Amino acid sequence: MTINILAFGIAKEIVGGTSTSADLPSHTTVAQLRRRLEEQYPRLGKLASYMIAVNNEYAATDSLINEQDEVAIIPPVSGG
Amino acid sequence: MVDILITGKPIDTQACINMASSPHSGGIDVFIGTVRAATKGKEVVRLEFEAYRPMAVSEIKKITAQMLQKWPLHHIIIHHRTGILKVGDIAVVIVVSAAHRDAAFDACRYAINTLKQTVPIWKKEVFLDGEEWVAAHP
Repeated sequence: MTINILAFGIAKEIVGGTSTSADLPSHTTVAQLRRRLEEQYPRLGKLASYMIAVNNEYAATDSLINEQDEVAIIPPVSGG
Repeated sequence: MVDILITGKPIDTQACINMASSPHSGGIDVFIGTVRAATKGKEVVRLEFEAYRPMAVSEIKKITAQMLQKWPLHHIIIHHRTGILKVGDIAVVIVVSAAHRDAAFDACRYAINTLKQTVPIWKKEVFLDGEEWVAAHP
């Protein structure tokens, strides 16, 4: 399956746009997606931390990702 | 009442206070976060705020729900600005009203502290000689 991944803040600069896509086997976990992203974009692994959001919620590393999910890279937040 | 707004336009602080006012609210606590002129001794030219808007609203809703569970509050107003801000501009306004001041003070502090930890909003500091996404790197 191909999933579209939104990127914000510094993640937008790392992936070179407001989104990127990844071809993944079905039943992919958040942890597997993170490994794939870090292979493709080594700078992600150098951030202080980052989270993956699925459908507007912070996702646990063992959560499964489906093709229709809205997936986003959430680098360290700094609002306020 | 709970009112949450992520906006590209200037925040109307007085309107936020008016929304939180009621005849039974003896304490109204207002937090205004503004753009500081310098960070770690470096002069700031401007800040650029970006939000993942639907998730930011949803995370702020979670904070307001927690506040209403923890304290006897009347109204909570949280407005956050996005886009390019210059020194002195208002980035965030939080207004909390309650019958008495202790609940309003404590809840308001909780709101801004938690917002800074959980809400997907980012700021980039632009200096005279470079720029940096705040908190991005260790």
